[in-house]
Amino acid sequence: MITSNAVKGRKGSIEPPSGKPALQQLHTETPLLEARGITKRFPGVVANDGIDFTLYRGEVHALLGENGAGKTTLMNILYGLYQPDQGQLFIEGKPVRLSSPRQAIDLGIGLVPQHSHLVRRHTVVENLALGLRTTSFFLPARRLGEEIRALADRYGFDVDPEARVELLSAGEKQRVEILKALMRDAKILILDEPTAALTLQETLSLFTAIERMRADGRGVIFITHKLKEVMAIADRVTVLRKGRVVAHVLRQEATAEKLAEWMVGARPIPLKPKVRETPGAFPAGEPPAAEVRPGVPLLEVEDVDVVDDRGRKTLSGLSFTLRRGEILGVAGVAGNGQRELIEVVTGLRRPSRGRIRLGGEAITRRNRSRLFDGAIAHIPEERTRTGVVAGMSVAENLILRAYRRSPFATGPLLNTRAAYRHAEEAIAAYRISAPGPGARVGLLSGGNIQKVILARELSGNPSLIVAAHPTHGLDIAAARLTHELLLEQRAKGAGILLVSEDLDELLELSDRLLVLCAGKITGSLDAREADLPLLGLMMAGGSGT
Amino acid sequence: MDVAVDTLNRAFAYSTPLLWAGLGAVYSERAGVVNLGVEGTMILGSLTAFAVAHRTGSLFLAVTAAALTGALVALVHAFISVTLRANQYVAGLAMTSFGLGLSGMLGRAYEGIALARPMQGITVPVLSSLPLVGPSLFRGQAILTHLGLLVAVALWVLLYKTRWGIAVRSVGESPATADAAGIRVARIRYASVIAGGALASIGGAYLSVAYRPSWTEGMTAGMGWIAVAIAIFASWNPLKAVGASLFFGALYYLSFRLQAYVAPELLKLLPYLAVILVLAFSARGRRRLFLGAPEALGEPYYRGAR
Amino acid sequence: MRASFGPSFAEIVSPPRTRALWVTLASVALGLVASGVVFAVYGVAPIAAYSVLLRETLGDARGQAEVVRKSLPLILIAVGLAFAFRARFFNIGAEGQLLAGAAAASGVALFSDIPAPYTVWAMFLAGFAAGALWAFLPALLKVKLGVNEVITTLMLNFVAVYGIEWLINGPWKGRTVMGFAYSDPFPAWARLPVIPGTRIHWPTLVLGLVAAVALHFVLARTRLGFEVRVLGHNPEAAAYAGIDALRVTLAAALIAGGLAGLAGVGEVGGTHFRLRSPSQISPGFGYTAILAAQLARGQPLAAALAALFLGLIFAAGDVARALLRMPPQVPEMISGLLLLAVVSAEIFIRYQLRFPTVPKGGD
Repeated sequence: MITSNAVKGRKGSIEPPSGKPALQQLHTETPLLEARGITKRFPGVVANDGIDFTLYRGEVHALLGENGAGKTTLMNILYGLYQPDQGQLFIEGKPVRLSSPRQAIDLGIGLVPQHSHLVRRHTVVENLALGLRTTSFFLPARRLGEEIRALADRYGFDVDPEARVELLSAGEKQRVEILKALMRDAKILILDEPTAALTLQETLSLFTAIERMRADGRGVIFITHKLKEVMAIADRVTVLRKGRVVAHVLRQEATAEKLAEWMVGARPIPLKPKVRETPGAFPAGEPPAAEVRPGVPLLEVEDVDVVDDRGRKTLSGLSFTLRRGEILGVAGVAGNGQRELIEVVTGLRRPSRGRIRLGGEAITRRNRSRLFDGAIAHIPEERTRTGVVAGMSVAENLILRAYRRSPFATGPLLNTRAAYRHAEEAIAAYRISAPGPGARVGLLSGGNIQKVILARELSGNPSLIVAAHPTHGLDIAAARLTHELLLEQRAKGAGILLVSEDLDELLELSDRLLVLCAGKITGSLDAREADLPLLGLMMAGGSGT
Repeated sequence: MDVAVDTLNRAFAYSTPLLWAGLGAVYSERAGVVNLGVEGTMILGSLTAFAVAHRTGSLFLAVTAAALTGALVALVHAFISVTLRANQYVAGLAMTSFGLGLSGMLGRAYEGIALARPMQGITVPVLSSLPLVGPSLFRGQAILTHLGLLVAVALWVLLYKTRWGIAVRSVGESPATADAAGIRVARIRYASVIAGGALASIGGAYLSVAYRPSWTEGMTAGMGWIAVAIAIFASWNPLKAVGASLFFGALYYLSFRLQAYVAPELLKLLPYLAVILVLAFSARGRRRLFLGAPEALGEPYYRGAR
Repeated sequence: MRASFGPSFAEIVSPPRTRALWVTLASVALGLVASGVVFAVYGVAPIAAYSVLLRETLGDARGQAEVVRKSLPLILIAVGLAFAFRARFFNIGAEGQLLAGAAAASGVALFSDIPAPYTVWAMFLAGFAAGALWAFLPALLKVKLGVNEVITTLMLNFVAVYGIEWLINGPWKGRTVMGFAYSDPFPAWARLPVIPGTRIHWPTLVLGLVAAVALHFVLARTRLGFEVRVLGHNPEAAAYAGIDALRVTLAAALIAGGLAGLAGVGEVGGTHFRLRSPSQISPGFGYTAILAAQLARGQPLAAALAALFLGLIFAAGDVARALLRMPPQVPEMISGLLLLAVVSAEIFIRYQLRFPTVPKGGD
C-alpha cells in the first residue's frame, strides 16, 4: 500500500528503525512505473525481497547498492529478462507482465546496458535501424541519418551516423545505446552503471542528456554505486542491500556518508579471525595459531599498469606488497580492475608497465611458468567455466596443476594410479560429495566443485594464494570450509590475496585491506581500522584519490 | 588486344557458375551459416537442369527446376544447421558427398546425350559495340551470365541498402543482438540459406545447359569449392565477388592459354593459396573489421548461448 | 521469453554414458534406411540389394579381404582425425595430407638412392613428414591468428591435388605413358608386400592398428594426451592450467597429418605402385574418414573399427557395381547420407525434444 502522507511537492525523508521504508508520493499523478512487492529467488539466495519501487515522469531515480544487493536482478525484472516470483509491475497504472525484453521495449522501457550490446562491425545507423519497424525498406539509412542527428542535437550529443561502432569509444557507444532507446520512444530509461567506462567529459555530457530526458518528461532509473553521481543527478534515491530496500530518500535529505552507510550497513567490526573449530578434518598439519605475524614480502607489485586492447587503462599505478602469513583483502565493486589484477598476478596477462616480484624474483617471460607452476594457487572467479574441466573426472581435475610432476607423471607418462589414490584421499579429506574419483566433475554441485578446486590448489603448499570471490554462490557450510582452509594456509605461511565483493568475508579474514576503484587503489588500511562507512566511500570513489 | 578480349570473353563465361554459386555462399554466410555443401548443390542443379531441359525442351523450366532443387537441398542444410544446431562444416561436407554421389547415380541415364536446344549466346544490340566489354560480355554470352551480374548488384543492394539486409547482416555478426532487437534469427537464417542454395544451383544449371551442354558425373569439378573461396576472397561483398569470379575465371582460361610457358596446374592452384593468404591477412585489427568474416559465422545460435 | 509454439530442445542434466552410443547407432540405422530409399528410387530393391552386398563382402574370405583392403587408408586417417578432433582441431585436409604423403613416397621410390631393404621405411618416413607438413600451416595460423582451420586445411587439399597433377604431367611424367598421366612404376623394392592370396598391403594395416593403440594410449596415459583432452574440452581451463595451446594443437595436427600421409604411402606403394591422378589415388578417403572419426566420437580404437565399417561400404560399392550394375558413386552417396544422419543426431545426445504442454494459468 502506498502511504500518502505527502503533500504535493513537499517532502521529508522517512527512515524507520527497521523494516521497509514507506514510499512517499511526490506527485498525485500515476507513476510511470511501479513495482510492488517484487520478490525473486534463485537457488540458495533471495535476490529481491519484497521490493517496492516507483518512477515518475520527469524524474531521475537512483538505485544504489553494492554487487549482490539485488540491483541487477531488479533491473532484469524491469526489463523483462526475468519474471518475479511474487509481486506486480504497473506501467502508467496498468498491470503488466513482461515476458521478454521485446515486450518491454514495446511498452516504452529502454535499457542502456553497462556493456554496449551493438553490432560492432556495423555503423551507428545500421545499429539503430535494426529491428526498427518505422524505417523504410529501401535506403533506411538516409532518412534515419537525419533523424539521428536531430535527436542527438536535442540531447547534446555529437554522433556520426556513419561511424563504425567498433571504432567508437565507450562513451560514444553508450550514446548510441541511448539513442537506440530514445528512437523506440522509451518513456522509461534504465541506465545500468552508465559512468563505469566514461571519462569526465563524457560523464558531464551524459548528465546533460539526462537533464533533457527529465525535461522531456521521461523517467530515468539510474543504477550505480557511485555516490558523487547520485548526489549530482538524482531526485530520489533507493538503496538496496541484500535484496531489500533499506533506505528511500529525496536527494536533499541524503549525504554521501549516510548513503555509504546504508549501502554497506552499520555492523559491528568483527574480532580477529578465530581458531579453527572443526578438528581433524584435514591432512596433517599444525593447527593455525590465533595470531600470526606477517613475515617477509612475498609479492611485490610496483607501479603496474594494465592496458586493454582499446588502450584504456584498467589498472593504473598499482603498488602494494603482500607478505607471507598475511591475508590481503581487495575490496571494490566488480569491474574496477579486479579481474585484471588477478590476471596479472597469476601470470595470465602481462602488465604494460611496472614490475611484479615473487619471492624477490622479478617475473619475466622466461621464468614465468617455473614460478607459477606450484608456487601460486589460483582459486578462480568462474568456478565451472575456468577452474575445472567439467567433462573430465575428479581425479583428472585434481591433477590439473600438478600433472607435469611426480608422482603424477614419470617422464611423458601419467601415473593414473597415483592420481586415483590422491583423489581418494582428497575426497575423504575435504569431504567432497562425489560418487568416486572417476566421476565427471560436471555432475557435482557448486560447493563440491569448489572443494575440488581447493583440494587441488591448496594441496601443493603454495606460497601465494590468489582467491577470487571464493565463496560466491556457495552454501554456508562450504563457505565456512573455504574460510577455514584459507586461514590454515595463512598459518602455514602462505600469503593470500583475497578478492571479494563480500565485505563481511573481507573483514573477517583479512589482515589488511586494499580498496580498488577505477583501476586505482583508493584505500589501503589495516582491517582492524576498517571503518565501514569509510570503506563504502572508498569503494564508491567517494573519498579523495 | 585480341588476347585481352579472348581472355575476358572466356573469363566471363567461366566465371558465371562461380559467380552464381559464390553469391549463394555470400548470402548464406552473411547470415552466419556456412554451407560447404555448395558443390553438391551445384551438381544436383546441373543434373536437374539437364534432365528437365532434355525432357521438356524448355530452358526456363530447366533453370527454375534447378533453382527449386537447390532450395530444397539448402532447406535440409538449414534445418540441420539452424534447428538441430549441428556442426555446419561437417553437415555441408556430408551434403556435398551425398550430392555428388546421388547425382552420379541418377545421372547415369543422361550421360552422352546432347541437348537439342542448349542455351545459346546472345548479342546485345547497342552494348556489343562498346570497346573491350562489348565483344567480351555482350557478344556470345548466355543470358545467365548477364543475369548473374544483375543478381550480384541486386544482392549488394539488398544486403547494404535495405532494412532486410541490415537484419541479415546483424544476424551473421551478432545473433544475440539481433534477437534482442526483435529480429527472428532462425527465420532469416533459413531464408538466406535457402536463397543461397537456389543461387548455387542456378550456377550448376549454367554448366549443363549453356557452358558445356551435356551431363557428366562430377562435372562441377570443384567449382563449388572455388565458390566458397570466392566468398572469402571477396570479403563477403557481392560486388567484389564479381571481381573475384572474373579473376578466377581468367586464371582458369589462362592456365590453358599459357600452357607453353607455365604449367597449368600451378595457375589453377593459385586461388586456393590466395584464400589462405587473405584469411591470414585479415585475421586481426582494422583489416579484420573491414575484410573479416561475419563474426558469428559457423556458430549455431540459441537463446541463452550468449 | 517469447512464446514459442511447437517442440523445443531441453538440456538433459546428466546423460548416461550409453546415450551417445545409442544415438550414434540409431543415426547409422537411419542413414542406411535412407540409402535404401535412394536405391529404390534408382530402381533397385533395397532389401535384396543389401543382402547381396552383405553376402558378397562378409560372406567369404575373399570379400572380407577386400573389406580390409579398402579400409587400410581409412584406418590410418580416421585414427589421426579422431585424435585431432579431441584437441578441437577440425582437420578437413586429410585428403591433401594423404596426397602429400603419396607424392613424397613416390619421390623416394623413384628418385632416391636408398638401398633395397630401407626404401620402404624411407617412403613411410617421407610420407609422414610430408603429411605433417601439410597440416603445419593451418595449425600455426589457427593458434597464432585465430584463422579457422576448416577452411585452410580444405584449401590445401586442392593445392595438393594440383601439385600432384603438375608432377605427373611435368617433371615426374612417366617414360612409357600412353594417354593417361602417371609416373613411372615403382621398382620392385619400393613396393609394399602383400598378404599372400590377397591384395592387402599389410605394413599399412600394421601401422594403422599400431597407431590406433598408440594414440589410445597417448590420450589415456600420457601428459600430452591429458593436455589434448583438456584443450579439447575447455580451452579456457587449459589456459588457466598453463597448457601451451600452440604446442598441443601442433602436436595433434602434425600427428593427424602424418598419419594421413602414411595412408598415401600405402596407396601408392601398395595399391597403385606409381603416382597417378589424385582422384585415382584417393577417391575421397580424406573426407570419408571424417565420418569414421565422427562415429567414433574421438576414440582412436573405435575409429579403427568405424574405418572397417567404411571399408565395408566401399567394398560393397564395388559389388554393387559388378553384380547390381549400379554406378560407382554408391559408396559416396551412402557415406554422405550416413554423415548427414550422424551429424544431425548430435543434438540428441545432450538434449531432448520437449513438446509444449497446455499452459497453466498465470504463466
